[in-house]
Amino acid sequence: MIVEIGHFALVLALCAALAQTIVPSLGARLGDPVLMGVGQSAALTQLALVTIAFAALVNAHLTSDFSVLNVAENSHSAVPTIYKISGIWGNHEGSMLLWLLILAIFGGLVALFGRSLPRALRANALAVQGLIGVAFLLFILLTSNPFERLDPAPFEGRDLNPVLQDPGLAVHPPMLYLGYVGFSIVYSFAAAALIEGRIDAAWARFVRPFALVAWSLLTLGIAAGSFWAYYTLGWGGFWFWDPVENASLMPWLAGTAFVHSVAVMEKRDALKVWTIFLAILAFSFSLLGTFLVRSGVLTSVHAFANDPRRGVFILAILAFFILGSFALFAWRAPVLKQGGLFAPVSREGALVLNNLLLTTACATVFFGTLYPLALEELTGEKITVGAPFFNATCGLLLLAAASVMPIGFSLAWKRGDLLGVIQRLTAAIAAGAVAAGAGAAWLRGGSIVAAIMAGVAIFVIVGSLIEVVVRAWRPGLAPGLALRRAFGLPLSFWGAALAHFGVGLTLLGLAGVGFGAETITTLHKGAPVEVGPYSVTLDSIGDRVGPNYRETVAAMTVRSGATVVAMIEPARRQFAARQMATTQAGLATIHFGQIYVSIADPTPDGDVPARLYWKPLVTLIWFGGATMALGGALSLADRRLRFGVAARARAGAVVAAAE
Amino acid sequence: MTRRSRRLVLIAVALAVIGAAGGIALYALRDNIVFFYSPSEVAEKAVEPGARLRVGGLVKAGSVVKSQDQNVAFVVTDGAHDLKVAYQGLLPDLFREGQGVVAEGVLAAPGELRAETILAKHDERYMPREVVDALKKQGRWQEGEASAK
Repeated sequence: MIVEIGHFALVLALCAALAQTIVPSLGARLGDPVLMGVGQSAALTQLALVTIAFAALVNAHLTSDFSVLNVAENSHSAVPTIYKISGIWGNHEGSMLLWLLILAIFGGLVALFGRSLPRALRANALAVQGLIGVAFLLFILLTSNPFERLDPAPFEGRDLNPVLQDPGLAVHPPMLYLGYVGFSIVYSFAAAALIEGRIDAAWARFVRPFALVAWSLLTLGIAAGSFWAYYTLGWGGFWFWDPVENASLMPWLAGTAFVHSVAVMEKRDALKVWTIFLAILAFSFSLLGTFLVRSGVLTSVHAFANDPRRGVFILAILAFFILGSFALFAWRAPVLKQGGLFAPVSREGALVLNNLLLTTACATVFFGTLYPLALEELTGEKITVGAPFFNATCGLLLLAAASVMPIGFSLAWKRGDLLGVIQRLTAAIAAGAVAAGAGAAWLRGGSIVAAIMAGVAIFVIVGSLIEVVVRAWRPGLAPGLALRRAFGLPLSFWGAALAHFGVGLTLLGLAGVGFGAETITTLHKGAPVEVGPYSVTLDSIGDRVGPNYRETVAAMTVRSGATVVAMIEPARRQFAARQMATTQAGLATIHFGQIYVSIADPTPDGDVPARLYWKPLVTLIWFGGATMALGGALSLADRRLRFGVAARARAGAVVAAAE
Repeated sequence: MTRRSRRLVLIAVALAVIGAAGGIALYALRDNIVFFYSPSEVAEKAVEPGARLRVGGLVKAGSVVKSQDQNVAFVVTDGAHDLKVAYQGLLPDLFREGQGVVAEGVLAAPGELRAETILAKHDERYMPREVVDALKKQGRWQEGEASAK
């Protein structure tokens, strides 16, 4: 019964979304405030209905109602509760419903907090948001209904894919979707601005928090996914340039560019057309990502839906929203008024360069991801474009962007003093050079890429620290006062500094890979094996029973010289329901590096084939990601960015003028 | 600087970055494309040793030989032709004789691949699409074998 209520709520949500699309846009056309106001109530109604639908699916999964196809195929009564819940989005239908829920949440936020916005802008934005909702509701109802019943109901479910039975599933997809879908708001507002033919700093002030939320969560989602892949796939990689990963990287790159250009627009009223373009681009890439993952056109760890009807449907949605918005852009963008002027050497100029590098990097990823698909379609030839291509193109461009980042961050708005900035950053440049030199010496004639990356990383890290010091402290200032001044700096500045610091950390972690060690061998009990500066000894092999699996655990000791540093327990899990095995890597974090051991099934005489890695600084990759996201959150907390500030300021100004 | 000359600077920089990126992309593409072949295609096309490729097919029954330090040798077949594969490392969890596999690596000698990556089916419902295609081409595919959910 509850399941049917959920299904019915989805159908009603479609009606609400239709109303949200048609009525407010009509109202904006006619200038009728009542019709425009319908947008808010429709958005909130849609949110309530989609929430009911989602709750119904959660309930079905929690109670293991195997008469629902979705539950029977992706759950099992013995699965721990956390995986019963996260299993909801561990499959195609459920993940699309989560996507929709997040879309509705963002629409609801605009309805609730958009009071300060011009009425017509809000009405049009909600209408566009409603249209996206209509498309995805139709998609779910027509091709991917999570509430489909199964008759007769089986006694037991087919279990959640063991690879997905991991806390990573609870974190990675929701974060990623919040990021992906968060850009829908930015997109809707860009479309609304184009429809109105008017855009100003108030637009930027309202959209920027949404963009920051989306960007921060997308950053976290990508970092979480990378960490999950790292410890679960058993070969210690954290980024494979797999098409599905690229699908999440593209909106991130476009979104990063947007977050920067919207700052220029807010502060300096410049780059308007470009910012609108990026807004459309970021969400277009989110849609493209959804298409790539959900249509099954890709061979990938993530591709688990292969129904061609779905692919065609999503492709139609994709084409409609991307082509539609770009057509709107081409038609209306010339109407938008040009904004402020700036010299090429200035903060604005540096941000333009940043945007240029990021979007070009994004373009190379786009090309590398879709070229094989296009080629296969056209010639039947099957190729893969692998890591070397992406490292040489996207990697290089991002490294270039990182190396000019501290300079841009230190330049003044409007007209900057390049020489002065370089003087200011002398310490950072020196530190980077020393790090690069030391790295190169350590690697002794090996690939120097890692050394260069380490150098840039240190430059970025020290550079962002210097910027904080320079802002807070002048020679002769008492330390206490400097500290007070530092706390008084705007949070958006702190956010930016922290995010840049995070980029440095991630880069340092990536550089660390080049300094690691790898050993593939068979471990005999009691015989230590060297890996990097440490040794690993196999102590014993044992069996354990989990809730829905059995595992073989190899207990090992990690030593540095004679001292014990850590104990690790890499394992192999056997899942009965699907007759599948997974590898649980044994991890020991030492400073910021990790010893990583993954094992195969033990041989009959008790030896364990294993891969051992020493990965110095590897955890910084994800700490850096988390730091970037934290920077975004700090920026978000800035008082000047709170919702409604613009309206209150305006009201205050009117009062002041009247007096 | 006038508005116009500023814009020219901007456009020049943009073109330089995009041009450089395009150049690098094309250059990188020339060296880093990996073709996907079935064992029959490797034989037909007389692929030169030293080329990087991905080969998909079935692991021939009884061909897997494991030796010291996790060296593995096996034969990938599509029914018509065979290709020897040598690999060092842990095999994927679902690597089995008679099952689909994709091996990526360098052709060491005609008919012999030194693999760096081995991919197998992810679960009983999913097989790399390339393997499915390779098997279909040879007419050895039974519909429903790895049913598309």
